[in-house]
Amino acid sequence: MTAQTPTKNAAIADFGIDTTSRTPAQALRDYLDRVRGGELGSLPALLGLLLLVIVFTVASSTFLTLNNLANLLAQGAGTTIIAMGLVFVLLLGEIDLSAGTASGVTAAVMALHFVKNGNLLGGMGNTVFLVFVGLLVLAVAAALWVRIWAGAAMAAVAIVLLALGVPPDPWLEMLLAICVGTAIGCLTGVLISKVGIPSFVVTLALFLAWNGVVLQLIGNGGTLSISQSPVLFAVANGNLSVAGSWVLFVVAAGGYAAVVLSRHFGRVRKGLVALPTVLVGSKVAAVVVASAVATYLFTVNRSPNPDRITITGVPYVVPIILVLLVVGTFVLDRTRYGRHVYAVGGNTEAARRAGVNVPKIRMSVFVIASSVAAIGSIVYSSKVGSVDPNAGAGNVLLFAVGAAVIGGTSLFGGKGRVINAVIGGAVLATVQNGLGLLSVGPAVINIVTGLVLLLAASVDALSRRRAKATGH
Amino acid sequence: MTEPILELRGVNKSFGPVHVLHDVDLVVRPGEVTALVGDNGAGKSTVVKSIAGIHQIDSGEVVFDGEPVHIPGPREAATLGIEVVYQDLALCDNLDIVQNMFLGRERGKGGFLDEADMERAARETLASLSVRTVKSVRTQVSSLSGGQRQTVAIAKAVLWNSKVVLLDEPTAALGVAQTRQVLDLVRRLADQGLGVVLISHNMNDVFEVADTIATLYLGRMVAQLPTRDLTNTQVVELITAGRSGDIGLAKPEVATV
Ligand SMILES: Nc1ncnc2c1ncn2[C@@H]1O[C@H](COP(=O)(O)OP(=O)(O)OP(=O)(O)O)[C@@H](O)[C@H]1O
Ligand SMILES: [Mg+2]
Repeated sequence: MTAQTPTKNAAIADFGIDTTSRTPAQALRDYLDRVRGGELGSLPALLGLLLLVIVFTVASSTFLTLNNLANLLAQGAGTTIIAMGLVFVLLLGEIDLSAGTASGVTAAVMALHFVKNGNLLGGMGNTVFLVFVGLLVLAVAAALWVRIWAGAAMAAVAIVLLALGVPPDPWLEMLLAICVGTAIGCLTGVLISKVGIPSFVVTLALFLAWNGVVLQLIGNGGTLSISQSPVLFAVANGNLSVAGSWVLFVVAAGGYAAVVLSRHFGRVRKGLVALPTVLVGSKVAAVVVASAVATYLFTVNRSPNPDRITITGVPYVVPIILVLLVVGTFVLDRTRYGRHVYAVGGNTEAARRAGVNVPKIRMSVFVIASSVAAIGSIVYSSKVGSVDPNAGAGNVLLFAVGAAVIGGTSLFGGKGRVINAVIGGAVLATVQNGLGLLSVGPAVINIVTGLVLLLAASVDALSRRRAKATGH
Repeated sequence: MTEPILELRGVNKSFGPVHVLHDVDLVVRPGEVTALVGDNGAGKSTVVKSIAGIHQIDSGEVVFDGEPVHIPGPREAATLGIEVVYQDLALCDNLDIVQNMFLGRERGKGGFLDEADMERAARETLASLSVRTVKSVRTQVSSLSGGQRQTVAIAKAVLWNSKVVLLDEPTAALGVAQTRQVLDLVRRLADQGLGVVLISHNMNDVFEVADTIATLYLGRMVAQLPTRDLTNTQVVELITAGRSGDIGLAKPEVATV
């Protein structure tokens, strides 16, 4: 065969250039090209985080203390979790403005169940209770209609829990909150995907409505305290034991290394496109070392009065967020469902023509967002130890959307990962915490947070423009 | 003559008050390229989308492999073995080549993806079509040229062992060399035994690769004849006037939309 006659093997080689033979330098150059081409991912957020940490460390002597960092985690966890669910909605280029107040409803139901000793009927009154059950039934019907079986099952669990009138139990109450969140998502989703109302309008209306529901459930000026429940209180305020922390390290870091490395070598062996082994290896090593250091620091006594009280161990919110992160990432990257979410977000018409069930995908992301928001509400309620009529209102939603966008999720759809929400959540929590320590007052905190969000949105829009221009 | 693989009989389609297709007949045979020509707005894309299950026909029959079929959606069309390469490119910019080629029909067990299998199959398909110039099958589609995108879209059709491939103006946005590649690809599809429908405004392309030419005029099928029985001038007349000599509509002047 001469060079002029293309052979099958030559054609394969055309596609094979960068499969396994890229050197680390080439791979790095490719990465830099992509960054220059507008694919920034979480890079700006990570750099911003680094900058913020440096600034606050210099400005405040308390910022970089173990106790404050643990506190920062617990403060930011609720919003971050809501943001993780919102990533799914944002991936479709949709928005869920009601995720905050919807999470407030789930928290209120959970707290009411606890405070009223399991008597929700008594706590709500007959009419409200009946309407509530009616809405849950509607949610089940909606999910069955669009064939979102998991959503229907979860919403049905909420009905069962209500019908059985289960005694107060923190685990059942948390389950109830999550299932109510699922049901809310089914209702939101069906209005958007089947009735065809734009998500902005539906969720703006529901934002207001759910806020009213929370007020109705709790009563004007009331608060439902949940701090008497050791379990509910521990969610955001408790820590793993020292041994437990190390077990978490081994499971999480070891699992990460095992999955990433086995996947990498599997690809190399099969001759598929893969990053250079050196890069993958160093990334894994960096993650393992960093989490080992973090785990060690969390096992040191961080109490402000070390002589009188001991506070050690990784906060529970860390494994909670890690589990959500792993599950969310797996779903988006490795399942057919996740692929379809990206496809619909990238080009709805193309996805439809390829046979993707677009209405189902569109509804499902709202179900996920509300269910995950319920988990977020459990965490933020636990942090303050009570639920009041403002639960999930105010800045909660804006911060959650902000976290996702700051971390690199595009508001235009099709681009984003669950880790974006975690990184962006860390940025926002750092801003809040750091400015709080400097006691600059809420005015400055809000202004600065707003500007950070604006900055992130501009980076998103600019990188998109750049991506268009360079054809990335 | 071989039996048709796909046939339209008396197909009508309206969008609200606009009657776009009037009693359209079309015959597609395996191993042949059937060119579908007509002026802008004649209804070519509508024919394709009706076959693909994107639009539902109002009346008439679609016959596939000798059986009358009802095609309620893209998935059903794909199940039958009908693949479409759309005029308005139907690829997801944010996905890579492999992901696009398998979109809607991902491989893997129980909802989990088998990336290795898909990547290998995609690469083999592209290689079998002698597709070159793409650096990696993991390149995002957004960074491909128009011709490369078109190639991916066509390769997607081949991947599925389809029986009929419909191409809606696959060369419209392409340069000379890339048009050449795509036309070669089109011919190769037919030589592999597929029924190919090619929509094009370029008469040179049509006369080069098509075995038969079907002409739409204001939503009416005015003639479907073997390419060797037609001249360039005749086809242009059919396209613009609905009639050429004694072929075409009896009274094109009374045809209205
Ligand atoms: N979804 C739709 N709703 C309403 N009218 C439509 C729709 N799609 C097409 N039409 C109309 O149907 C007619 C035929 O359109 P079609 O796209 O099939 O033309 P075409 O032959 O593909 O033209 P072109 O060469 O410009 O691609 C046009 O008058 C168009 O306006
Ligand atoms: Mg057209």
